[in-house]
Amino acid sequence: MSAYRVHRNSQRIDSQSPLKFTFDGKQMQGFAGDTLASALIANGVKLIGRSFKYGRPRGIIGHGSEEPNALIQLETGAYTVPDLKATQVELYHGLSATTTTGFPSLHFDLKGMAGTFARFMPPGFYYKTFMGPVKAAWPLYEKMIRMAAGYGRAPVEADPEYYDHLHHHVDVLVVGGGACGLWAATLAGRAGLKTLLVDEQNEAGGWMLSDASARIDGKPAMQWVNERLAELDSLGNVTVLRRTTAFALHEQNLVQALELCQDHLPIGSRNPGQPRQRLHKIRAHHVVLAAGAIERPLVYGNNDRPGVMTAAAGQTYLNRYGVAVGRNVLLMTHNDAAYDAARDLAEAGSRVTLIDTRLRGAADWRQQQAKQAGVELMLGYGIAQVHGKTAVSGAQLVQLDPFTNTVRGKGPRLSADSILSSGGLTSTVHLFCHNTGRPYWKEESLSFVVPDEGRQGISCAGAITGRWELSSALAQTHAATSAMLAGFGRSTHGDCPQGDEHEVAATRRLFRVPDGLAEGHGAKAFVDFQNDVSAADIHLAVRENYRSIEHVKRYTALGFGTDQGKLSNVNGFAIAAEALGKPISAVGTTTYRPAYTPVTFGALAGSHKADTFEPRRYTAMQASHLKRGALFETVGQWMRPWYFPQGKETMHQAVDRECLATRNSVGVMDASTLGKIDVKGPDAREFLNRIYSNAWSKLDPGKCRYGLMLDENGMVMDDGVTACIADDHFHMTTTTGGAARVLNWLERWHQTEWPELQVRFTSTTDHWSTTAVVGPKSRAVLQKLCSDIDLSAENFKFMDWREGTVAGVPAKVFRISFSGELAYEINVDACYGHYIWEQVMAAGDEFGITPYGTETMHVLRAEKGFIIVGQDTDGSMTPMDLAMGWAVGMKKPFSFLGKRSLSRSDTVRSDRKQLVGLYTEDPKVVLTEGAQILSTPDATPPAAMQGHVTSSYHSAFLGRSIAMAVLKGGSQRSGDTVYVWAQGKMHPAKVVSSVFVDQEGVRQHA
Amino acid sequence: MFQLHCPHCGATREEEEFSYAGEAYIARPANPEEASDAEWGDYLFMRKNTRGWFWEQWQHTAGCRKVFVVKRHTASYQIAGSWTLAEGKAHYLKESEA
Repeated sequence: MSAYRVHRNSQRIDSQSPLKFTFDGKQMQGFAGDTLASALIANGVKLIGRSFKYGRPRGIIGHGSEEPNALIQLETGAYTVPDLKATQVELYHGLSATTTTGFPSLHFDLKGMAGTFARFMPPGFYYKTFMGPVKAAWPLYEKMIRMAAGYGRAPVEADPEYYDHLHHHVDVLVVGGGACGLWAATLAGRAGLKTLLVDEQNEAGGWMLSDASARIDGKPAMQWVNERLAELDSLGNVTVLRRTTAFALHEQNLVQALELCQDHLPIGSRNPGQPRQRLHKIRAHHVVLAAGAIERPLVYGNNDRPGVMTAAAGQTYLNRYGVAVGRNVLLMTHNDAAYDAARDLAEAGSRVTLIDTRLRGAADWRQQQAKQAGVELMLGYGIAQVHGKTAVSGAQLVQLDPFTNTVRGKGPRLSADSILSSGGLTSTVHLFCHNTGRPYWKEESLSFVVPDEGRQGISCAGAITGRWELSSALAQTHAATSAMLAGFGRSTHGDCPQGDEHEVAATRRLFRVPDGLAEGHGAKAFVDFQNDVSAADIHLAVRENYRSIEHVKRYTALGFGTDQGKLSNVNGFAIAAEALGKPISAVGTTTYRPAYTPVTFGALAGSHKADTFEPRRYTAMQASHLKRGALFETVGQWMRPWYFPQGKETMHQAVDRECLATRNSVGVMDASTLGKIDVKGPDAREFLNRIYSNAWSKLDPGKCRYGLMLDENGMVMDDGVTACIADDHFHMTTTTGGAARVLNWLERWHQTEWPELQVRFTSTTDHWSTTAVVGPKSRAVLQKLCSDIDLSAENFKFMDWREGTVAGVPAKVFRISFSGELAYEINVDACYGHYIWEQVMAAGDEFGITPYGTETMHVLRAEKGFIIVGQDTDGSMTPMDLAMGWAVGMKKPFSFLGKRSLSRSDTVRSDRKQLVGLYTEDPKVVLTEGAQILSTPDATPPAAMQGHVTSSYHSAFLGRSIAMAVLKGGSQRSGDTVYVWAQGKMHPAKVVSSVFVDQEGVRQHA
Repeated sequence: MFQLHCPHCGATREEEEFSYAGEAYIARPANPEEASDAEWGDYLFMRKNTRGWFWEQWQHTAGCRKVFVVKRHTASYQIAGSWTLAEGKAHYLKESEA
């Protein structure tokens, strides 16, 4: 047993179960039930980190999620987790933790030297220093500053553990398993409501775990807690989740909670079949917030020295973990409750001096109890500053004026190995405020609290409403829960539990303990420990005219960080209020946002990662593509063949081969992924007239037409070929990625504007498999497979479609072309897709039929100047910008979508960016897609951009590079030379037509 | 993350099933060609951007694909109800008159 271990009857550790662990490589011992923090204190560890800005030595301050300093790196390699609070890490056998701060080492810290020059590092130091004239020096400083900054290291190996999500739909969710939360859950459970209770800690009880003297209904509080837990366990409609932190509350009572399922187990003993952590998504009809309160420290000189803690932490380490935080303790308070900590520590054998800032001290019974336990009382004093550097050695006291927060006289200098302070409680209002709620300042509680009556769907219970005495907290909980049950139409079963009634003396309204000096002239008095914000920093921010508390926060960094200001915020608001000369209620709080405590990315992702991140869609021909060695690219959710390399071919070589084979003989492509929508009804034709820019009135059955879809701004949003099946029936195709969006678009216009049109839409993308047979020999291939369709050029023209059989399978054959070649697209029931593909391959064998993928498709279409919506357009291109005025039926009687916008002053400008072709002067240069275009070769920045390259390829067929681009006034600039900045060089290029191959369209009409 | 009630399916489902479809009851001008640039611009771009109760369209894209209207408070995210386009219009017009 170490010098700091004591035995307490209330302790929750198992002193029969010692656990070995290492801290910064040193072997140490703790017990089952310890946190890493309690075990470290028991082992005499005080120094645990260096502060963020000044590198000041820091130790453990708190005992839970409020801890700002004790951030450790847990474990190594793939299991490492940075920035855990030692106060929340449950000890297990073999645990290994290291400190995360201190550069080059914890005991010799470079920033610690800088701390000596602290007066040169005011708030906004980095802005002021590096954004000014010495900005140029930033790169020099950056590396050093970054090495010395930050906490911990992110893991670089894949996480070997897994995470999952669980959804709940409950009547009542209770957040917090302290006395009030347990009582609310008990009443809800007894009323038969489906109830879920979540509690952050490894065992329920909340503050009852720390307060050994609390009593409920005349018995020890923990006995009452255990009775409640046993009852909840016996109720089939109640679930209790431990180690589960509700970290966010969203609209309609969606609460997210993180359960640490296995973090408390030795890594080797964890069950690989169970998740490490589980994210609970809880939708509750009603939420009861019983999140309790956290004690804040007082603000005084050098209050950050290792060995300085909150009184609540001192009391918790003693009563819950059997660890005395010091043998010679000074405890400063402005309220009665902290007397209990002093009493308990004295009972456990520590020498305790209680420094009460109030001249008359606590209620008599508490003073008597403390004195009887051996506590020495000093009334009307405060601590001006702490002595000691890497550990507390004592403190200088001052005598306080009893009425104003000023110094009346000098006090003694006392030695100590531990200094505790209590500045009152701060209600844990976070969840209430995540979804637009605001706390209000309750002067008698000296805390921002939430309203007793909660709000619709949310009840507030206990200390969260500013009730610090157990009896009144339970009474309020009982009333609030009864009101909630009445709302459910249920009655309340049971009488309100009774906490002991105590006389309590008034609290002193004090946040910053005066030291007799003007702010900024004495020892640094910290408000926010994690961000090194002192009381003087807040005063300076106000002097520099930051008036809003949100601005003070951002300028000083008050309340940022992994602790989110749980200890510091109220002290900071109070000090800012004083500096501003405003009441604290007028200053208000900063905004509370999720997450209450840090959440791992793994838990947020759950099973949505790697192969299960998003569904992948494959066409019916997938096996054929794999067999032929296709490489794939993702288009939307589809996996499409990219190219089919043979032997050791590069992509460039494969694409050249595929392009030439298609242009010279025949190629084949899987076009099944194109979106397909069946449009049917007496008004189908009229609907198409309104939704497309083209005219559809004269398209006969058996014919196809390329259509442009505009949004109401006149901009191209999708395109595709639509076939007329019958007078009231059309087969529409869309871009691969646009299928779902277009279907919703059609539905919206039909339902909201033109419900009188009789037309229905059905997504048929997955119903059809489409094999595109492309090239001069495509007719010959098809002739071998198809006897009931006349394929002759006269009787089956370009943009016709025919119904028949292909290789014995019923098919719709469309003579359409995305390559400019003679081409047929064979559509069959998806079940036959693979069969047809193989039949086409066999039939085309004698012509050297060549499968090709999306890359060759892109080259072939670019050679013809065919656009790809989303690549050559970006939502700001009209049909005219794309030189596709031919696809706009301006004479249609109904004003189709986007038509009116085509005559707006902005859309008729002649200097809009327009689609052009580019020939680079050097035919070997393939421009970078996205490269900017300039008018002159010698432009110096900033130069006016003329446009950019949208598509760029090497064309094997032309033996040179080609590019499509959008260029300001491009339609009038044919023959001009422009300059494209790509790969660090300026490339001259000539503006040409964007149709590079077969401008007359002879090939596709063959 | 809302839960929305689809008046067509008669079911309350998670927001993931739905798509937002903008402010409700913005009628397309009956004769766009006769609208001035300013009037057409109003129709295209000008929205109320209300802080408070707001009538908006949602589409049950992963369900019945129907468009319906929701009356939602844009600051508190409270939802007063959801209706079919036709039912909602009656409520909407009554409110506009009031």
